[in-house]
Amino acid sequence: MSGFRTGGGLINRAHRMSFTFDGREYSGFAGDTLASALLASGETLFGRSFKYHRPRGVVTAGPEEPNALVEMRKGARREPNTKATVAELYDGLEASSQNRWPSLKHDVGAVTSLLAPFFVAGFYYKTFMWPASFWEKLYEPAIRRAAGLGHASDEPDPDRYEKAYAFCDVLVIGSGPAGLSAALCAGRSGARVILADEDFALGGRLNAERYEVDGIAGHKWAAGTVEELRSLPNVIVMPRTTVFGAYDGREFGLIERVADHMPVPLMHQPRQRLWRVVTKKAILASGSYERPIPFGGNDRPGVMMASAVRTYLNRYGVSPGRRVSVFTSSDDGWQTARDLLAAGVEVAAVIDARPKVSPALADFASREAIRRYIGSEVVATKGRQSLSAITVIDKTGINHEIAADCLAVSGGFNPNLYVTTHLGGRPKWSDVIHAFLPGTRPSHIEVAGAANGEFSLADAFRSGAAAGGKAASDLGFNTSAFELPKTSDDAVNLSPLWHVERSRQKAFVDFQHDVTVFDVGLAKQEGFRSVELLKRYTTLGMATDQGKISAVNGHAIMAALTGKPMEEVGTTVSRPPHTPVTLAAFAGPYRGKHFQPTRRAASHKWAENAGASFVEAGLWLRADMFARPQEKNWLETVSREVTAVRESVGFCDVSTLGKIDIKGSDAGEFLNRVYINGFGKLAVGKARYGMMLREDGFAFDDGTTARFAEDHFVMSTTTANAGPAMQHLEYCRQVLWPELDVQIVSVTEQWAQYAVAGPNARAVLERLFGNAWDVSNEALPFMGVRAFRWKELPARVFRISFSGELAYEIAVPTRYGEALAEAIMEAGRDWKIVPYGTEALGVMRIEKGHVAGPELNGQTTAADLGMGRMMSTKKDFIGRVLSGRPGMTDPDRPAVVGLKCVDPAQRLRAGAHFLMKGAEPTIENDEGYLTSAAYSPTLSRWIGLGLIRRGPERHGEIVRAYDPVRGGDIEVEICSPHQVDPEGTRLHV
Amino acid sequence: MRIDCPHCGSRDIQEFVYRGDASVSRPDPDGEDALKHFVDAVHLRTNPAGFHSEHWYHSGGCRSWVTVVRDTLTHEIESVGFANEEIDR
Repeated sequence: MSGFRTGGGLINRAHRMSFTFDGREYSGFAGDTLASALLASGETLFGRSFKYHRPRGVVTAGPEEPNALVEMRKGARREPNTKATVAELYDGLEASSQNRWPSLKHDVGAVTSLLAPFFVAGFYYKTFMWPASFWEKLYEPAIRRAAGLGHASDEPDPDRYEKAYAFCDVLVIGSGPAGLSAALCAGRSGARVILADEDFALGGRLNAERYEVDGIAGHKWAAGTVEELRSLPNVIVMPRTTVFGAYDGREFGLIERVADHMPVPLMHQPRQRLWRVVTKKAILASGSYERPIPFGGNDRPGVMMASAVRTYLNRYGVSPGRRVSVFTSSDDGWQTARDLLAAGVEVAAVIDARPKVSPALADFASREAIRRYIGSEVVATKGRQSLSAITVIDKTGINHEIAADCLAVSGGFNPNLYVTTHLGGRPKWSDVIHAFLPGTRPSHIEVAGAANGEFSLADAFRSGAAAGGKAASDLGFNTSAFELPKTSDDAVNLSPLWHVERSRQKAFVDFQHDVTVFDVGLAKQEGFRSVELLKRYTTLGMATDQGKISAVNGHAIMAALTGKPMEEVGTTVSRPPHTPVTLAAFAGPYRGKHFQPTRRAASHKWAENAGASFVEAGLWLRADMFARPQEKNWLETVSREVTAVRESVGFCDVSTLGKIDIKGSDAGEFLNRVYINGFGKLAVGKARYGMMLREDGFAFDDGTTARFAEDHFVMSTTTANAGPAMQHLEYCRQVLWPELDVQIVSVTEQWAQYAVAGPNARAVLERLFGNAWDVSNEALPFMGVRAFRWKELPARVFRISFSGELAYEIAVPTRYGEALAEAIMEAGRDWKIVPYGTEALGVMRIEKGHVAGPELNGQTTAADLGMGRMMSTKKDFIGRVLSGRPGMTDPDRPAVVGLKCVDPAQRLRAGAHFLMKGAEPTIENDEGYLTSAAYSPTLSRWIGLGLIRRGPERHGEIVRAYDPVRGGDIEVEICSPHQVDPEGTRLHV
Repeated sequence: MRIDCPHCGSRDIQEFVYRGDASVSRPDPDGEDALKHFVDAVHLRTNPAGFHSEHWYHSGGCRSWVTVVRDTLTHEIESVGFANEEIDR
């Protein structure tokens, strides 16, 4: 127990909140984070480290936190790896520690610390190499149990997530002094500004330091500025919103945590909202991250960043310790000593690694009677589960043990460059600030303040205002002079200290992945010297914090070891997201049935009432069969439907097939060029089956196209290819032949279309139309089409057939579809008309040898499909030239045939491969495969369609349908694909 | 990423479908060596590091085929025009 509440801070002490951590009750105040409230309650132990299970405390006060990761909430809302340093406290918050067993204080896994010599860099690669079979059974489960960072809930997420777009002129990332002045400058000019900050309190370090700005406290200046920005109609201020990535085309990804600071989201509110912001300019004012100094025992709870200690003191009114020491290599660390004294906290000692400090600092130390060790280093720490003492070696080499329960460490600052590298930009090293600065970056991203290495408060205001003003004026807005706030100009004066060589204990570089200075040395020794190899070999910077505070230290240590300058060693760059983003936010509302729209045909409700079950066909739902209660199984239902069509009459919704309206004086010529067969001379009032190829010569799609006038055709496509066919035709029309007078439009959704099929189809239509239209064989022969008005409605009738029976398709505008379905069923009552679904349709097309999706699989030519002779030799068409390549015309190619079981009791299954009788089942002996199979009630046996080598020549031959996956090996006879009514006499009656 | 459709204005890339190299045109089917030219046109592609002219289809909008000149290294879009105007030039 060491932390405690001091006075002051930006918390609301009138609003006390209670919460639990590992089941124990605590309390804090509105404005606290989980970390600040736990520190205030005296907690130091927040979690266990990933590899060694070492006790770990909070290190930072922000999103760069590597240690204090907790599981938030319970049950379905449980979320692992939440940084306690950014988790806004709310009444009733429940959190628990992770990566420990059985409890945080007594963790069995900590014994791995004893095995530490074996867990050095690359230990996964070295230790678990062989035997390979041990991986699955032994190594992986063991590693997974020991490692890991918390557990996600395995229940469905009960919350809603939204996606939103926003557009602006200037996106300002970060609301510290640079961001606020940038937003103010751009906002006052009238530019549309979005100011986003991940924090719930806007102001950045103005809230964390004891600055005076324009004569008032810095946080008050920030609040006033935010108020002004909010009053501007052209400015949107977004707190609790992380800009997590820069994307192509000046887009940024933002995650707004709408309700993470509440027990559950408010009614009608999402938990989080994913924003895509399209901006003209972006100003990165994301500040900097203080970097640790790797020294012996630097991971002991109680060792923290010096700036974080100030944040806890000044913003949250919490001192992380009662007796605090400071270890620094810059002037900035001394500020922590000042703030501690101001808050009445004892400063045990200041250890400054630099050989000399400025007279001002020396005076300050003397005045306040602070023990100081100049030119000295911390080499070890003590304490069981939290810090109790530090060991310092002074410049004469003498050891001093100093009692302290908190050590504030300052190793300088790394600008937070993140979005500058997301689009391929590379950072550049600066010997002035001893850190990486934004280097090459996209022209629309400007950087200001500490993110650009301009660390002092005055510089932050200055560079922020300049960037905001420049962005606005570049976009043509009139900017007025901006009076910079009066404030201090405090320098950092860093002399970098990358690690303490004389350390006597493990010195950690990457806290979250337990990478030590020794590991970096090992990587060098074993040849993994480039920063990219170092990262992967040691996993430095690969944890959930992505090395925000550790990577540069690791790279600098490697630079020292290899004797190379930092600019040559370079650094790794980050990719989005900058901080983890909930996957559910990327899914947004598009979950389950909302993932894609459901298309329902006009007859859907009618079909549902008629007992239909449905199958997904692309986005469509199509009735697959209409089972009756007494029917035992699907086979009985489908066979009944097929028999009804073959013996009397059936009714089927075919609206989902693609319908494309084609008009223009060159419409016929256009079709000639896209279909393999001729359409230019098709008579008005007639339809024709057509096949389209891709330009590479393979079959693309098929369907019937009807001519209603010289310059008007209606094409039908398969359901699956309705979209691609439209796209293809648009390409042909717009890009290949813009000179043709032709217009096309999809009318799939505009017309409901129904097939009426069976020997009694004409009788049904006569009753349906009465005297309105003559459907006699003379008036409307096979493949005839007519457009007419029926009961005031535009209607079309096509005498085309997929089932092989006398059949018609009738089309009316979609909104009359349901009425037409009812009218057809009513008209067909005397002939016991039955509705049939896609299953029966499939059986009948296999009986008739019509190819469909399984045969039009992108690997078959027109000739393979038995339509070689349909290819016109009198004209060019898409795919003609390449369908003449030798490989496409090879007579050995598998081509479509019909198949039937030799033994009618046996069942065929699609996917079975064809083998000669007695042949070994090898790839070399493979003759082709069965594409479609169905039980034919008409032929009382299983039949199918298949692709087999030299198929058309082999009718009558018997081969095996070999199906080892499902244990099938049966004899089938090759036959014509047209197994029912091969002469087509039923079509023409 | 966004494409500035010449008909609809700036639209999200999700509204568009990519096709490929716009510099390839359909060879003369009756010309000499038509087969060879078609094989090249359909199957051979250069893979430039830098500006690349390509066809996109505004399927979620006006259904225009557009020619986009895009830097394959940065995804920066230099120009967008109707594909048929490109042909006319």
